[in-house]
Amino acid sequence: MELMKHSKVFALAAVLALIAGCGSTGNTEEVADEVTEEVVAEEVLSSDGAVAEAADSAAAAEAEANAASDAILPAINTIYFDFDKSNIRSEFYDVLNGHAAYLMANPSAKVKLEGHTDERGTPEYNLALGERRGNSVQRYLSLQGVDASQLEVVSYGEERPAVRGQSSQAYSKNRRVEFNY
Amino acid sequence: MINARHLITTSLLALVLLLSSLAQADLTIRITKGNDQAIPVALVPFMWKGKGSLNEDVAGVISANLARTGLFRALPREDLISLPTKAEEVVYRDWRLLKVNYLVVGSIEALEGKNIRIRYELFDINRQESLLSESVAGNLDNLRNRAHFISDRIYERLTGQKGIFSTRIAYITSVQKGNTMDYTYRLHVADADGQKSRTILTSKQPLLSPSWSPDAKKLAYVSFETGRQAIFVQELATGKRYQLTNFKGLNGSPAWSPDGKKIAMTLSRDGNAEIYIYHLDDRRLTRVTHHYAIDTEPSWSPDGKSLIFTSGRSGGPQVYRINLLSGEESRLSFEGNYNARPRYSPDGREIFMVHRGSGGGLFSIAALNMDTGRMRILSTSPLDESPSVAPNGAMVIYALMIGEKGVLGVVSTDGRIQYELPAANGNVREPAWSPYLN
Repeated sequence: MELMKHSKVFALAAVLALIAGCGSTGNTEEVADEVTEEVVAEEVLSSDGAVAEAADSAAAAEAEANAASDAILPAINTIYFDFDKSNIRSEFYDVLNGHAAYLMANPSAKVKLEGHTDERGTPEYNLALGERRGNSVQRYLSLQGVDASQLEVVSYGEERPAVRGQSSQAYSKNRRVEFNY
Repeated sequence: MINARHLITTSLLALVLLLSSLAQADLTIRITKGNDQAIPVALVPFMWKGKGSLNEDVAGVISANLARTGLFRALPREDLISLPTKAEEVVYRDWRLLKVNYLVVGSIEALEGKNIRIRYELFDINRQESLLSESVAGNLDNLRNRAHFISDRIYERLTGQKGIFSTRIAYITSVQKGNTMDYTYRLHVADADGQKSRTILTSKQPLLSPSWSPDAKKLAYVSFETGRQAIFVQELATGKRYQLTNFKGLNGSPAWSPDGKKIAMTLSRDGNAEIYIYHLDDRRLTRVTHHYAIDTEPSWSPDGKSLIFTSGRSGGPQVYRINLLSGEESRLSFEGNYNARPRYSPDGREIFMVHRGSGGGLFSIAALNMDTGRMRILSTSPLDESPSVAPNGAMVIYALMIGEKGVLGVVSTDGRIQYELPAANGNVREPAWSPYLN
């Protein structure tokens, strides 16, 4: 399953890279639209609390309205991780693909990938873990063809929680990488 | 002063002991036993031979200091049947009746200007002899400091171990404005009893990991003020500071070497969190670890010959040691699924760390005995972290959460006593116990 997802992503990346190479705006638009639609679809389909939290309906509507134009900034700016893990959960591939498409369509765009953890465990280990999460996203985007100069990883560890509280739900929303353009 | 909450907890637990199962009683017995074993001492208020009144209760400060070690229990003032201030006024029989083992009396004399002289004497009631009789110079503005000095003298005379009442603690507070992302972080230095706190740095960006230089004159710490992590060094007397590192990625976990010439740190400049040693004299950087997993939170062995650190190389955080000469690495922690941020006891016999058992659950402060390999749990609230050992090895300060508020806790390394430091404004975290100041 994961392998299949990966190969699909690579194929898409290859196509995008080719298109970016020939520089035809028309073609870029077409592919970019497809990516945007995928992201929107993800929002609608997903019943996952963590993803739903990041997506608000206004942003989704805006995304739809702009679907005809160039690759737009994806509405979902946060992806989430499991405790003490930095591997990307397959449910977020589409979100990342959306950002990859946007970054490739906008080579002057730069993004800070901000890695965060929940408050459990030690602050410095969590800084390293947050960086690892950021690096995972950076590596994924690079594999899609995003230029390294567009990406910067900053880890905040457990210092900047998105949600207060000590429930497992709060923790799951704090273990994240945020895209900060 | 021992936290009132702690005392209430103790009595509540005693009640639980009567009513409930043995499993719950275990903890209670440990605490009660500790209180029972404390040695009774009497501290008579020091007589002030001057005008007006003093801004510090010197005998009261000493009494609270001794009680906070868990080794001593001060007789309540209302139980004092006489108030001697010098040797000639001490009637041993009276104090034997009160069942105290030791007695401290003293007086404070006003000298020229703000200068004062404190005379005090420590008596062994059972042996009917004076153990210590001294005169200490001071002034009206450093009475508390003088009280800590006298506490150190008394403690050392009675236990044979150096006191830590004159040491300091550094810690970080963060205050969030409402529910916004507007935070104010402060780095503080306070007396070991949490009093006389002063702010040495304020920032809108996170501050963490303060580390004392071995001469207690400087602090190294991590600041995000440049928009990313960097290690800074600050001189406490002058406030003068400079940025030590500005590498791409992590610049964290500074740890001053025992000789003061090097700072171990975590950098990810080579792509991954690894441990490095920064040589302060020639600004040379040596890489220590080489592993694709996280390596961080280095701490020096007392002899400066090895580093202990946290590594994720076994799949989760565990404590490892690397010999700096041979490069030989060994895993030290095996019990539990999360062991991190290790700190040696000053004698090198134990390693204090954040520990979570194999079943998950609480993040506690635990001590790993290097001879037996056994792990002792010292704290029991759910989210304990950042253990830092006092220079005499008797106490460990750490950060804990009470509800959603971070506070500092202290536990004796024998587990006998546990208390929380007076709460400052905001969340308190990342305590670091200073070395001896003299």
